Amino acid sequence: MTQPFHLEPVPIRMIRCAKTFDGGVRVLDPVDLEIGGGETLVLLGPSGCGKTTLLRLIAGLEWPDAGGRVVFGGEDVTALPIERRNVGMVFQSYALFPNMTVAENVGYGLRVRGIERLERARRVGEMLEMTHIAPLADRRIDQLSGGQRQRVALARALVVRPRVLLLDEPLTALDAKLRDTLRLEIDRLLQDLGITAVYVTHDQAEAMALGDRIVVMSKGRIEQIGTPREIYRNPASPFVAGFVGTMNRLPAEGGGGLLRIGGATLPWSGPMGPVEVMVRPEDLTVEPEAGAEGYTLPARISAAVFLGDRTRLVAETSDGTELTIDTDPHRPFARGDQIRLRIDPSRILSP
Amino acid sequence: MATGGEGSGAGALPLRSRRGRTTPSLRLTGRREAVLLAGMLAPAAVVFSAFFLVPLARLFAIGGSGAAGWSAYLSVLTNPAHLSSLVSTVLLSLAVTAVTLAIATAAGLFLERNRFPGRSLLVALLTFPLAFPGVVIGFMVIMLAGRQGLVGEVSRALTGERLVFAYSMTGLFLGYVYFSIPRVILTVMASAEKLDPRLEEAARSLGARPWQVMAHVVLPALKPAFLSAGAICFATAMGAFGTAFTLATRIEVLPMTIYTEFTLQANIATAAALSFVLGLVTWVALALARNFAGSSVAAAG
Ligand SMILES: Nc1ncnc2c1ncn2[C@@H]1O[C@H](COP(=O)(O)OP(=O)(O)OP(=O)(O)O)[C@@H](O)[C@H]1O
Ligand SMILES: [Mg+2]
Repeated sequence: MTQPFHLEPVPIRMIRCAKTFDGGVRVLDPVDLEIGGGETLVLLGPSGCGKTTLLRLIAGLEWPDAGGRVVFGGEDVTALPIERRNVGMVFQSYALFPNMTVAENVGYGLRVRGIERLERARRVGEMLEMTHIAPLADRRIDQLSGGQRQRVALARALVVRPRVLLLDEPLTALDAKLRDTLRLEIDRLLQDLGITAVYVTHDQAEAMALGDRIVVMSKGRIEQIGTPREIYRNPASPFVAGFVGTMNRLPAEGGGGLLRIGGATLPWSGPMGPVEVMVRPEDLTVEPEAGAEGYTLPARISAAVFLGDRTRLVAETSDGTELTIDTDPHRPFARGDQIRLRIDPSRILSP
Repeated sequence: MATGGEGSGAGALPLRSRRGRTTPSLRLTGRREAVLLAGMLAPAAVVFSAFFLVPLARLFAIGGSGAAGWSAYLSVLTNPAHLSSLVSTVLLSLAVTAVTLAIATAAGLFLERNRFPGRSLLVALLTFPLAFPGVVIGFMVIMLAGRQGLVGEVSRALTGERLVFAYSMTGLFLGYVYFSIPRVILTVMASAEKLDPRLEEAARSLGARPWQVMAHVVLPALKPAFLSAGAICFATAMGAFGTAFTLATRIEVLPMTIYTEFTLQANIATAAALSFVLGLVTWVALALARNFAGSSVAAAG
């Protein structure tokens, strides 16, 4: 691999950026967001929550409602259209120019900047090397696979050395295996280049793997901003807890330093009265039948799925609550088996 | 079809005919299919022969039956009047095509990309002449630029000189541009509607100015539409008779020359030869356009 160039990391600030489309539909509540220079920020949320809209506000493809401002480094770019913002964009649909070859696509940004031919060819060659598509330089776009197209799109966006790289679900159209490979490559590329990047996805695994920080969005609002670990371990709302990873929710009762969940009792310092506690599937342990009775919860297995690195169980407690448990793949489980579940009190996430 | 082929095909008939039904291109697999296919194509073949092949062959023969013999076909090149008629018809048609494409592309793109009150009314008005016969177009040109025309009145009021250009090539040119715009606008709009807006956004993100986006992304994507609409436009202008006849009998375009040779001079062989050449030029233009459109569509994927 050739030595990559390094880009000046530019921080981004969004100040009170809201978006109302014609017809008065507000799809984005006022957003304040600070993105550090060189940081990879992932926008995560269900379909229609406003991720693309937020990204397009940063790009300069949409204007924020009055009062909103977008700042790149020290420069207020709110009034600048996208062609004057020097941002790189990668689209889910690739959006490659069908009337140009791979090399011409990648060189397009340099061409419109008036970079002379030799310098252009050198930089295009360097970029094609970096994205592993040098042998495809003279191909037409319709002769490329989906993965190759996405590499071309990436190379085309990066060759102009943009201040910010914006990616809108770049891997969604690819199959699972390719998605993993490209995700790793994009991750390495972003790290190597040190570029500020905003990456939109609705895939939480992708968000976890790529993001320095994740912004979880729902219905035009930011639900939580945090590192992947914070988002996973300390979800700020039931929505975040449910959207990122799998979460079990159990009705429980707090009182007298104890928490009662079904038949189990745990030491508890949380609120009194009825509460809903949340536990991740990997934080439930399956105990041998004759385990410490008082601290474990009886349940019956309704489904057992062997996943190779673990077995995922779905079990039902006596009051009908359904729980998902990740457990040792070497132990055999069958539908109908009676099990006891231990809950580690330190792993309980209360809202 | 050879009997041997049918015989050897008969054994495998059930399987092959099943395949024949699922593959998109129909294959002649057995007698029944062959009969069916022949039956389906027969009406088209009859119509094609009756209205195209037979008259064409006869036209070609008549072209060579005059006093000059087959050299009537050369007269297009050797007779100065015929040659200049052919050249001016081709030039007129090229000019009409170029100007129509320019106007209709601008209008079509604008109409496709902007939503405003009265838009559909405007589209309807602009595409209205689609239904006009050539004679009506001719009258409209006379209304505009004829001896009593609007342009004449206005120019007389302004300069004292009455401007009249309806009864000339200029008039014919105007009439045909007006006549051709609707079809091209509709083709451009249909094609522009299918453009991926992300392509333009990608170009802009790379720093392209609006004119560069237009030149590098939008117009190349519309190329197939230009070729097909342009070819039709050219072919229609080549055959412009009704309008030309309405405007003046001394406009020297090929259809008028043919008419003159035929009716006034009863020079049937020459008229036939000229008709054949006119048809040939038009057909070549259409074929070329189809060829280029085909390859550019393939390149665009
Ligand atoms: N140009 C527009 N005019 C009106 N409404 C729009 C426009 N663009 C988007 N919307 C609406 O704004 C909301 C948010 O759209 P957005 O594309 O930002 O969602 P998203 O989070 O990117 O969703 P997805 O994951 O499906 O891409 C949607 O309800 C959408 O219908
Ligand atoms: Mg989106």
